[in-house]
Amino acid sequence: MRRAALPAALAAALLLAPPGAGAVGNPADMLPDPAQEARARAIGRELRCLVCQNESIEDSNADLARDLRLLVRERIRAGDSDAEVIAFLRARYGDFVLLRPPFTAATAALWLSPALALAGGVLAIWLVRRRGGAAPAAPAPLSPEEQARLAALEGEARR
Amino acid sequence: MTPALRRRLLLLAPFGIVAAGGAAFYGMLQGRRRGDFNPRGVPSALIGRPAPFFDLPGLPGVEVPLLRHADVASPGRPVIVNFWASWCVPCVVEHPQLMALSREGVPVFGIAYKDRPEASRDFLRRHGNPFARLARDEPGRAAIEWGVYGVPETYLLDPRGIIRWRFAGAITPQILAEELRPLLRRHAA
Repeated sequence: MRRAALPAALAAALLLAPPGAGAVGNPADMLPDPAQEARARAIGRELRCLVCQNESIEDSNADLARDLRLLVRERIRAGDSDAEVIAFLRARYGDFVLLRPPFTAATAALWLSPALALAGGVLAIWLVRRRGGAAPAAPAPLSPEEQARLAALEGEARR
Repeated sequence: MTPALRRRLLLLAPFGIVAAGGAAFYGMLQGRRRGDFNPRGVPSALIGRPAPFFDLPGLPGVEVPLLRHADVASPGRPVIVNFWASWCVPCVVEHPQLMALSREGVPVFGIAYKDRPEASRDFLRRHGNPFARLARDEPGRAAIEWGVYGVPETYLLDPRGIIRWRFAGAITPQILAEELRPLLRRHAA
């Protein structure tokens, strides 16, 4: 019982820990104003860590991600709006730094593919339905011979 | 359209889709081989723009003048700015290429990134110093202005100080011969 207690407590602590609690590892890096800190986190989650690439700078442990987190907070403290902070980093690292790529000619295929796939599916269903509506003509009624044979078979089965 | 023709076209549709996918994949592989397609590469936002401002301290113990923004703002000839660090393994790989450029008289400027000055100095003593001017960026803040996301990173600036080329990773002899040298020649005029 005692031996099980520690792993259980650890598991509970891990499960209960809020996601992203480890993001800004050093509390000294956080902004004193909780509202500003919340803004910084929201902005950070939109920005790609350029070293690990599939993590946001809020989630990454890379040195550069930490530098960028501090930079975001520095800009917020300097009075930048959210859009200005993002523009600041975009001017240096390009669209690549944005985890949500802007809609441009180069990203049109990316953004439009779900809509195109949906439209394609709707079109396919519509085509199948239209054809399906015409096709199932009622089968011809049974001829007298067929009815007689059916009755014979049914009589046989019943016996 | 006759039903037979329509059936044949429907039969061909999956083949067409697979063929298009295959062609796209082949193009990607060719691009990877040529080096002009890198899905993980971070394109520089600074191409065609002037070098960002910086004001950094020099590297004590290395007998080379300090690299200032004025040295790259309008250099009058193509110059190379290289972000490096003593702890960076690819920097050792590209070092001979920087030395070769330096021997040929191409101005190669260095910015030591997130490195202790003594470690930077020892690196240059051990491997030789290709840099005509040096600065150090221990906090890495100036590097962010350049859009640096790792070391080594190398920038080519034209005579007017406009960034023309950025390469992330070690300058191998092949990169030097196939990319950097032709660009140096083109921008020399």
